[in-house]
Amino acid sequence: MLFTPTVVKNLLKKPATRNYPFVVREGFPMYRGELTINIDDCIFCGSCSRKCPSQCITVDKQAGTWQCDPHACVYCGYCRDACPTKCLDMKDVHRAPMTEKITWIEQGTPPKPKKKKAAAPKKEAEAPVAEAKVEKAEEAKPAKKAAPKKKAAKKK
Amino acid sequence: MATTVIPFGPQHPVLPEPVHLTLKVEDEIVKEAIPALGYVHRGLEKLADIRDYHQMITVCERVCGICSMIHAVCYSQAIEELMDIEIPDRAALLRVIWSELHRTHSHLLWLGLFADAFGFESLFMQFWKIRERIMDINEATTGSRVIVSVNVIGGVRADLSPDQIRWILSEIDIVEKEVRQLQDTIMNDYTVKARTCGVGTLTKEQAYELGAAGPTLRGSGVAQDMRMLGYGGYSQIDFEPIVETSGDCWARSTVRFRECLQSMDLVRQAISKLPEGDIRVKVKGNPPEGEAYARVEQPRGECVYYIKGNGTKHLDRLRIRTPTFANIPPLLAMMPECELADVPVIILSIDPCISCTER
Ligand code: SF4
Ligand code: SF4
Repeated sequence: MLFTPTVVKNLLKKPATRNYPFVVREGFPMYRGELTINIDDCIFCGSCSRKCPSQCITVDKQAGTWQCDPHACVYCGYCRDACPTKCLDMKDVHRAPMTEKITWIEQGTPPKPKKKKAAAPKKEAEAPVAEAKVEKAEEAKPAKKAAPKKKAAKKK
Repeated sequence: MATTVIPFGPQHPVLPEPVHLTLKVEDEIVKEAIPALGYVHRGLEKLADIRDYHQMITVCERVCGICSMIHAVCYSQAIEELMDIEIPDRAALLRVIWSELHRTHSHLLWLGLFADAFGFESLFMQFWKIRERIMDINEATTGSRVIVSVNVIGGVRADLSPDQIRWILSEIDIVEKEVRQLQDTIMNDYTVKARTCGVGTLTKEQAYELGAAGPTLRGSGVAQDMRMLGYGGYSQIDFEPIVETSGDCWARSTVRFRECLQSMDLVRQAISKLPEGDIRVKVKGNPPEGEAYARVEQPRGECVYYIKGNGTKHLDRLRIRTPTFANIPPLLAMMPECELADVPVIILSIDPCISCTER
């Protein structure tokens, strides 16, 4: 009985819910929603793939591809925070539902190694280490990468 | 009277998560309950082998969605202790603010589910409607509604602007007013009392001996709250643990209800003491060899993280003891001599979170 006043109030007020598919609430500006990349700014440094806790980003420096498994992404935003050129961004909307699993691949222009050496002679000390790491990673990657491509070919 | 065995769960309308209880029943009176766990084991502790210690924070947050913030706080505290990192004051108090917001929304969620368990649908909806305001605060200030991902080792990732602080304070006032309007219903309503008073009683001695945690323990009259240890920013905030003495389902719901109001008070205190300054310190290197241990108070009770570092970026061992795990023996002690119809109410009264029990 003690709840009756609340019930009466609720009956007289406007509904507390939205007519959802027709009225959609705007996301708050900081909301971590759909991940987007501006591939032209990407320098294929691989920071995002190293930071990603769900390990869903693969960066190939030689081929200039940036690849993400959007279904594995947990929307933590660590990749966006780690990106040195700020080319990753998160929109304040949810990713649209999909009926099929996809691998999201972006093709960019890989940076030219010659230019880099000339432009940043200081970094040479670090470069061999970084490159060695990239090469090591590369050994494992082609196998993984070949698979989705083959699958895609079969589907077509 | 012959004993009948009734299986309860693993899928039951009252519980969103799978837990199985074998109930031995004599004439609608439960004589014994035997639990079976392990339906959702996820092996999150083992993930420490393949995720580095920064990435483990996101894994720890996913041990339990509802107390995600506090899991992350506990894990970061353990790592910070091992690596000897001192976090800035502002970060410590920001962690308190978000932790208390999480506690409020967890308790409101639970109060709704509890009302649902004894069939009070409109009260359930009312609590969840109020909770939505807290979720909006989370979304606007951290970037996500439930899994806020705002902790990092060495501080927090997001800051509160003066505008946001003003908005939080005004929202909290509204939430408090709305919650207070329901006080009479959840504490004094005849139908609610009839379903909860004297149901699933746990005495003070039983609660203490069986190792109950959180509101289950405080509902039985033991004033134990990990926040009194003064970890993180809690050393700057004063409060008293909330205790009820009757030890039944009513006491546990009352403790949670009053903690809701207390949490909002703690948010105000933390905001009033929020200093200016950095929110994060840079962390370099890997955790050294050694062990660390952290305890925090979650909405459901005491949570313990044990970590063992070995000098690499991966941890040797991560061990999580969650409050529901501690509350299962007390739950079994509440069951004997209760009525079969009260079983769902008793199970919900400990606020079971099965995925965190099994990690
Ligand atoms: S948002 Fe998080 S999970 Fe998603 S790609 Fe970035 S780092 Fe990985
Ligand atoms: S961190 Fe940024 S620049 Fe580096 S590979 Fe990722 S998206 Fe490209």
